[in-house]
Amino acid sequence: MAGVMEHVLGNEVGRLIVGLIVVLIFSQLNALFLVWLERKVAGHIQLRIGPKEVGPFGLLQTIVDGLKLVGKELITPKRADKILFIIAPVLVFVPVLVPFIVLPFSKSLPLNDMNVGLLVIFSFSTINVLAILIGGWGSNNKYALLGAIRSVAQNIAYEIPLLLSVLSVVLMTKTLQMSKIVEAQSSYWFFLVQPIAALTYFICATAETNRAPFDIPEAESELVAGFHTEFSGMRFGLFFLAEYTNVFVVCAVATTLFLGGWTGPFGYSLGIPGIIWFLAKTYLLVFVIMWFRWTFPRLRFDQLISFSWKVLIPLALANLIITAGVIKLI
Amino acid sequence: MSGGVLSQGFLPQLAFIVIVGLTFCGAIIAVFHRNILYNVLGLALALSGVAGLYVFLGSLFIGLMQLLIYVGAICIAMVFAIMLSRPVHLPKPKRKLSKVGASVFAGLLILGVNLGVIYKTAWEPAAERKIDWSVKTIGDFLLTKYVLVFEVISLVLLVAMLGAIIISRYNGRVSS
Repeated sequence: MAGVMEHVLGNEVGRLIVGLIVVLIFSQLNALFLVWLERKVAGHIQLRIGPKEVGPFGLLQTIVDGLKLVGKELITPKRADKILFIIAPVLVFVPVLVPFIVLPFSKSLPLNDMNVGLLVIFSFSTINVLAILIGGWGSNNKYALLGAIRSVAQNIAYEIPLLLSVLSVVLMTKTLQMSKIVEAQSSYWFFLVQPIAALTYFICATAETNRAPFDIPEAESELVAGFHTEFSGMRFGLFFLAEYTNVFVVCAVATTLFLGGWTGPFGYSLGIPGIIWFLAKTYLLVFVIMWFRWTFPRLRFDQLISFSWKVLIPLALANLIITAGVIKLI
Repeated sequence: MSGGVLSQGFLPQLAFIVIVGLTFCGAIIAVFHRNILYNVLGLALALSGVAGLYVFLGSLFIGLMQLLIYVGAICIAMVFAIMLSRPVHLPKPKRKLSKVGASVFAGLLILGVNLGVIYKTAWEPAAERKIDWSVKTIGDFLLTKYVLVFEVISLVLLVAMLGAIIISRYNGRVSS
């Protein structure tokens, strides 16, 4: 398969275009699958069975839901800021596609294995926050604005420990290139030597994607639907797509950084191709994030912020310093 | 390091024009628009354009750092501050002559210093990149040759933080 791809994707522009199409299709399918999975997981955790009518195991349910969303009217509130209201859903969805350029699905599959791969992911993930802000502010709705403000406060707070925990892995591998980080884990996975960083990363990733128990930006019981209250039809659909794609991306990054990417445990690939390993680990993490949502109650806003500033940041900093010290000593 | 697409034929020209156009549009929105939120978003656009220029000049690393720090952190902090301050649609206080004068003075000062530096520098066209501006080189320079500049910049940030604290405390005392 790799040989055929090399042939078709001979020149760089062709590779980019084909890659873009594949990424667009994949992100849609992934979101459809994750919505279905979430409803199934939620159902089984709450002793229900979830969707089951449309298609086998209800697999086609989200496609039908998606079609319904596409068919709905796009309502723009009268007092909303028209320009911002329209660009916000687009701006929220575009940056979450960028990480797919560098995600190392298997040894030969990163679209462009840049030497600043990790940085690409984190620099574009912040634009997402800006888009949420624009959407919340442009809606001219108090719930949307409150949701947006909370989202930003939370993202600013959790971005720091997230980057700090990633830095300790970067210190160990001395590279920002995704494929090299994976190759450095060919004998053992990094969550074994960096458990604190792995845990910090995973908590912060859950917060960055606004997932429960950190879902105060869209807390249904107090804010209607948070920053996307006023969005209808496919504009709302884009926020939804972005959220689920984002969940996939943070789990894929966690897989790359701490779970050895495409490699098998302790270097034994067991004859399973790398991409399967990668996707299996990523979806396992996605499942854990969903499991979180239906297990933990939502945090209060002040608890959430002080947890980041008083616990996670000192912990991640200490971990980083210890990592640096150990590397210097060895 | 530079993107492969940017190094062949007609595309670099087009990319350069688009990037510069975006930067200028952003800058104009940032200065002239009446709505303060649009100003910040224009600034974000201009800074993204500058990031594009860095990528165009061959340092993807600096471009991404620009995006991460200026667009991702600083612009978001600004928008955040705007949302927490008084509503935009309320009537704005009248401009004070002293404030306008001070800002004109500050602007002229910065312009003068920049122009001075520009005219004093003996510009020579860079035919090709002499050193590889990769992450490693930049890191080496920051901790050896330019370590003083690096430290002074951190001092500037400290001053900015102190200023923010003083301003916010001062306002609090007046209103209560």
